[in-house]
Amino acid sequence: MDAGIVSYGAYIPRYRIKPEEIGKVWGEDGAARGKGLGILAKSIPSPDEDVITISVEAARNALKRSGIDPQEIGAIYTGSESHPYAVKPTSTVVAEAIMAAPDMTAADYEFACKAGTAALQNVLGLVESGMIKYGVAIGADTSQGAPGDPLEYSASAGGAAYLVGKERVIAKINGMYSYTTDTPDFWRREGQPYPSHGGRFTGEPAYFRHVLTAAKKMMEKMGTKPEDYDYVVLHQPNGKFPRRAAKKLGFAPEQLEIGLLTPRIGNTYSGAVPLGLSAVLDISKPGDRILAVSFGSGAGSDAFDITVTDEMEKFERKRAPLVSEMVENEVFIDYAAYVKYRKKIRRKGE
Amino acid sequence: MNMPRFWREISGRYNLIGSRCGNCGEYFFPKRDICPKCHRKSMGKMESVKFSGTGKVISYSIVHDPHPAYSDMRPYVMAIIELDEGPKLTSQIVDCEPEDVHTGMRVKATFRKLAEDGKEGVIFYGYKFKPE
Repeated sequence: MDAGIVSYGAYIPRYRIKPEEIGKVWGEDGAARGKGLGILAKSIPSPDEDVITISVEAARNALKRSGIDPQEIGAIYTGSESHPYAVKPTSTVVAEAIMAAPDMTAADYEFACKAGTAALQNVLGLVESGMIKYGVAIGADTSQGAPGDPLEYSASAGGAAYLVGKERVIAKINGMYSYTTDTPDFWRREGQPYPSHGGRFTGEPAYFRHVLTAAKKMMEKMGTKPEDYDYVVLHQPNGKFPRRAAKKLGFAPEQLEIGLLTPRIGNTYSGAVPLGLSAVLDISKPGDRILAVSFGSGAGSDAFDITVTDEMEKFERKRAPLVSEMVENEVFIDYAAYVKYRKKIRRKGE
Repeated sequence: MNMPRFWREISGRYNLIGSRCGNCGEYFFPKRDICPKCHRKSMGKMESVKFSGTGKVISYSIVHDPHPAYSDMRPYVMAIIELDEGPKLTSQIVDCEPEDVHTGMRVKATFRKLAEDGKEGVIFYGYKFKPE
């Protein structure tokens, strides 16, 4: 495939809450919950941040590093399960805000936590076919967790954007593979503010079956083994699942750790694999090989086999904040401020 | 906020697009069709300019009695910012504590939600500033 990643940019809001603080309100041992999930804190958007602002900041960071004319962008697709509008795209605001409009196409994607990688596949297809010169794929979320639900410990906010093209490619896509079934492990009905899930059913038949199969079949297709990769990035609904999946696949902990952000920022849903891959690209060097596998409930996994090219030597990563810098920029708030920021308080007139 | 009016201002609100007078070289934000100094001489010579988005705080106020759209952020800081190209504008300063804001502080533009027209209405986006 000639189409590949030309640039990337990430965004993580600065507010955080600890599991201890959440557990305190619901009469649970939050520290034990956090330990069980492998989560130390989760990110929270400020009251003036949402998927649109996160997507715009991530896309702008990608453009700062690339230096391309945004008018050459032919498509922008944003994947999320928390688009601010049910009808009216996130991607049109992004297009105007990065000055890519109007000679282009745009749409929003939804596939639980893998909408961002679904957007990436589609942009890669358009670029590879020659229909567009550059395209932008974004995965971002300000995910929802009902008050008192176990999801509240993990559902967080963040996103990353990928600029895809055929020229000055910093990371080549060697191959893609997707595994898709009808598995109702997690869903949110139209008009409902919070998602529902199948509890333990989200594990073996959903996350593990899809992630493990997609990773194995990707490696089969490429004729590779876990030791051929420098890094592996897996969907990370918590800190536990990706570690167990990596072990089952035969990856060493050090191959996974760089791209595993959930322990510090929680589950950013559609932003999870895009952000994990950004963290890996922040430190990778030419020749590094990466396996990235997303998972979206409902259910499906997208796998990408990626090699960092010599172009990475010239790539100006420092023009935008690194993922590690955004992870470190944290301000802890209490549960009361959290429910206010996430608009979980019912006010007069609502 | 009036929706068509906001829509007309998108280039300025999203991307800090202002004007430069082709006659005297002065920069303006928001956009102007005619230079207030050169008047007739500037006609047809006003150019669109995208400002860098960096500047410094000239003056500021910590707001304790907020506009309803900003009540979740109380207390918050509103500041007059001088862009590096010269024009001044008013904006909220975010991503820092009110007590950390000071005159002369370097700031950069960021993209945030400005307001929403109730639960069912349009959401307005645009620039705010944060520490550089």
